[in-house]
Amino acid sequence: MTATLTHLQRLEAEAIHIIREVAAEAEKPVMLYSVGKDSAVMLHLAKKAFYPSPPPFPLLHVDTTWKFKAMYDLREKAAKDAGMELLVYQNPEAKERGINPFDHGPLHTDMWKTEGLKQALNHYGFDAAFGGARRDEEKSRAKERVFSFRTASHGWDPKNQRPELWNQYNTKKKKGESIRVFPISNWTELDVWQYIQLEEIEIVPLYFSAPRPTFIYEGGLFMADDIDRLQEVMGELPEITTRSVRFRTLGCFPLTGAVESEASTLSEVIQETLLTTTSERQGRVIDKDAGGAGMEKKKQEGYF
Amino acid sequence: MTEQTSDSVYRTDALIAEDIDSYLETHQHKTMLRFITCGSVDDGKSTLIGRLLYDSKMIFEDQLEALSNDSKKVGTQGQEIDFALLVDGLAAEREQGITIDVAYRFFNTEKRKFIVADCPGHEQYTRNMVTGASTADLAVILVDARKGVLVQTRRHSYLCHLIGIKNIVLAVNKMDLVDYSQETFDTIVADYAAFAEEIGIESFTAMPISGFKGDNITTAPSENTPWYDGPSLVEHLESVEVLSDVAADKPFRMPVQWVNRPNLDFRGFSGLIASGQVRVGDAVRALPSGKTSTVKSIVTFDGELDEAQAGQSITITLEDEIDCSRGDVLCVADDPAETADQFEATLVWLNDEDLSVGRGYWLKLGTQTVSATVQHPKYRVDVNTMDELAAKTLSLNDIGVAEVYSDKPLVFEPYAENRTMGGFILIDKITNATVAAGMLNFSLRRSQNVHWQATDITREHHAQMKNQTPRVLWFTGLSGSGKSTIANEVEKRLALMNRHTFLLDGDNVRHGLNKDLGFTEADRIENIRRVGEVARLMTDAGLIVLTAFISPFRAERQMVRSMLEDHEFIEVFVDTPLEVAEQRDVKGLYKKARSGQLKNFTGIDSPYEAPRAPEITVNTVEMTPEEAADHIIQQILPLK
Repeated sequence: MTATLTHLQRLEAEAIHIIREVAAEAEKPVMLYSVGKDSAVMLHLAKKAFYPSPPPFPLLHVDTTWKFKAMYDLREKAAKDAGMELLVYQNPEAKERGINPFDHGPLHTDMWKTEGLKQALNHYGFDAAFGGARRDEEKSRAKERVFSFRTASHGWDPKNQRPELWNQYNTKKKKGESIRVFPISNWTELDVWQYIQLEEIEIVPLYFSAPRPTFIYEGGLFMADDIDRLQEVMGELPEITTRSVRFRTLGCFPLTGAVESEASTLSEVIQETLLTTTSERQGRVIDKDAGGAGMEKKKQEGYF
Repeated sequence: MTEQTSDSVYRTDALIAEDIDSYLETHQHKTMLRFITCGSVDDGKSTLIGRLLYDSKMIFEDQLEALSNDSKKVGTQGQEIDFALLVDGLAAEREQGITIDVAYRFFNTEKRKFIVADCPGHEQYTRNMVTGASTADLAVILVDARKGVLVQTRRHSYLCHLIGIKNIVLAVNKMDLVDYSQETFDTIVADYAAFAEEIGIESFTAMPISGFKGDNITTAPSENTPWYDGPSLVEHLESVEVLSDVAADKPFRMPVQWVNRPNLDFRGFSGLIASGQVRVGDAVRALPSGKTSTVKSIVTFDGELDEAQAGQSITITLEDEIDCSRGDVLCVADDPAETADQFEATLVWLNDEDLSVGRGYWLKLGTQTVSATVQHPKYRVDVNTMDELAAKTLSLNDIGVAEVYSDKPLVFEPYAENRTMGGFILIDKITNATVAAGMLNFSLRRSQNVHWQATDITREHHAQMKNQTPRVLWFTGLSGSGKSTIANEVEKRLALMNRHTFLLDGDNVRHGLNKDLGFTEADRIENIRRVGEVARLMTDAGLIVLTAFISPFRAERQMVRSMLEDHEFIEVFVDTPLEVAEQRDVKGLYKKARSGQLKNFTGIDSPYEAPRAPEITVNTVEMTPEEAADHIIQQILPLK
């Protein structure tokens, strides 16, 4: 015995410890579930943390109505398999105003995601929300605590973060304030992929390459996931070509760039990830707004 | 910039391309090391980390492109790429060119995965450094070869040693700027060795490097330092022992996080094993109850285990139904942890607001949360000279030693033996801020011989004989608000109703019981604590107690409330605006305070924290003392 634990074993044990701490100390926790690979890993860890019981909190999907169809399919199945309640929230104002990524640019993310998340948390009265963010994703994430404290208006104050020592997490808060908790803070993209492979976690098929209908928009490669809707908001349809593509991250289908790829198995996807020369979030439009501080600014406003 | 290391120790692209599965097989079995880098402002920490990330290809083209744009805009390396920009994530930091928070970064080599905490150098960020150090297996202390061992180097080394980091690397950086001089290196190492011995660092590893040029980072010796015969930085990082391995050899401890009860037939205790190993069939003891049982099964999602070790998150079921819940600790039966409620601890103060001696804070240790008070510090440490100085309190970034008393017994081990079982945080009960990190040194045994004496005539008997329900009417308000006058009126009314009462008045108590106390914040807290204890004894005797004290701090009123039974404490807020109280100035005290003759006077140069939800409020602008007394009587009736 006492074989040295591998890095994945340590990361898994740390994440389970974090998830249990929240369940034990928060009044009304929730797990934010975006259907992406990081969410899939987080959900899997939650199942492990409470086995043989189901996780003692619901899943919350803050929906923009613009996700890939394959994501909606997996969402229902994953919640059912885990024996967890699935809550779906769509910002009614964004819905009414028909906010979409083509006509409204950054407002799309702001209304559907930032505002939608705030509204959902207030609506249900959740005081702690798990998120699948990782410190290796982006510069300002690298400095965020595992337990990230938010004011009653959901703001993040990077200069006033609580010191976080050992694995002692301070979960005390006043009424109305909340905590965002990131159990896989210390995981890298490679760790996530390898864990998915070792644990045989089901993920959205879009992560694997296949012939898909695609179009070019403002220099990026996108998938025409819902042609009728595209036509509706774009006026006319762009030229659609079938290409062998996959996705490194999944968000709204018109905002998430595809990459041309032949990687159709997990090993091939990991291989491609390791040999690639651009970062994972490169296909995401959100980070490039407002100069280098795009994500940091969004987080101060209450984005995840 | 220098070219990227070609014979990379980090990972072999060829293997990834040819045989991804065998690469993954290797990667899967890597261990993990967490380390921190610390040094003073310009020692090149961020540059070193940027270099490690760059060499291990953790920087992608798009990031590099953004980096090279940023470098031209705000970089400090001219037209060359400024690695520090990659690591200094927050906008404020990029603008000011300093690191103000701990940033966590990741990279892999062929043998290990690494998590690096990049810690700020300034003295005002001691708390961030302690945060980064608390989870680290190893510390890299950077020294600028041109400057040698500085005050900051000593401070950082002391903090790393204090937090219990055993593996210390002295990285003498910027060797390129001193022509790779062995003499310079040797002098710095000798200086540091003398200092290290002084503060109790048993061993350290010194190496000459250049984060900027890449010397002795991945391979050693660099052709610029042929005289160096030690390992490269990366080789060293790959070979040191990690913390969880050290913990695995110690006695079994698992703080219970969660009791798992899916149905009546299953009752599991979930937690992360803090130290040691556990096997099915082992005898375990639950603390603080001391009840023993045997491990029936070790349950995980992946099936039952025969054994588990430090660092694993598991669920244990026991053969017997013993009382055990969150906050308890499962230990190996014949070598359990200690239990105590008085300790000596080393504290690192992390908050802008000073330590309030005697005030109740939440103390969180593992899964245990108790109320605790800190006594007068025995001393604080000057982190630059390591001198022990007298201290009345602890301020932001201060490190000191003090006794800590908890209201319930804590299961613990000395921090030096077990970081998880001996490290704790203190939380302010009002602001919820994490105000201090603490390390338990040892328990003070003095309380063990003082037991509660069971008496035959109980507090219930006392109350029944007086035919009343004991209460504490706690009057709080500014000096001159009318607390004593109104309390006196209330007591007269209660006497007429044949109630047995006693009025504790602030001024009167200070003539006797508390005549040794002054008006500093610490003394005021002690004043209220003693009055609270006396009031509690009087309620035990069945009395209705009235107290008239300014008692300006919410935390102290809360402390007294928590000493008493539920509903026994009735907070009466005598609400008088400062202008009105000052105008009355019955004792002439406001005048003295305004003229500076009287210090720490509530409302003038010391705050009054009005109650947020008092049971009763009386407004003395609108009510006479008699009306106020009548109102209070109405509110507290019936007292039986």
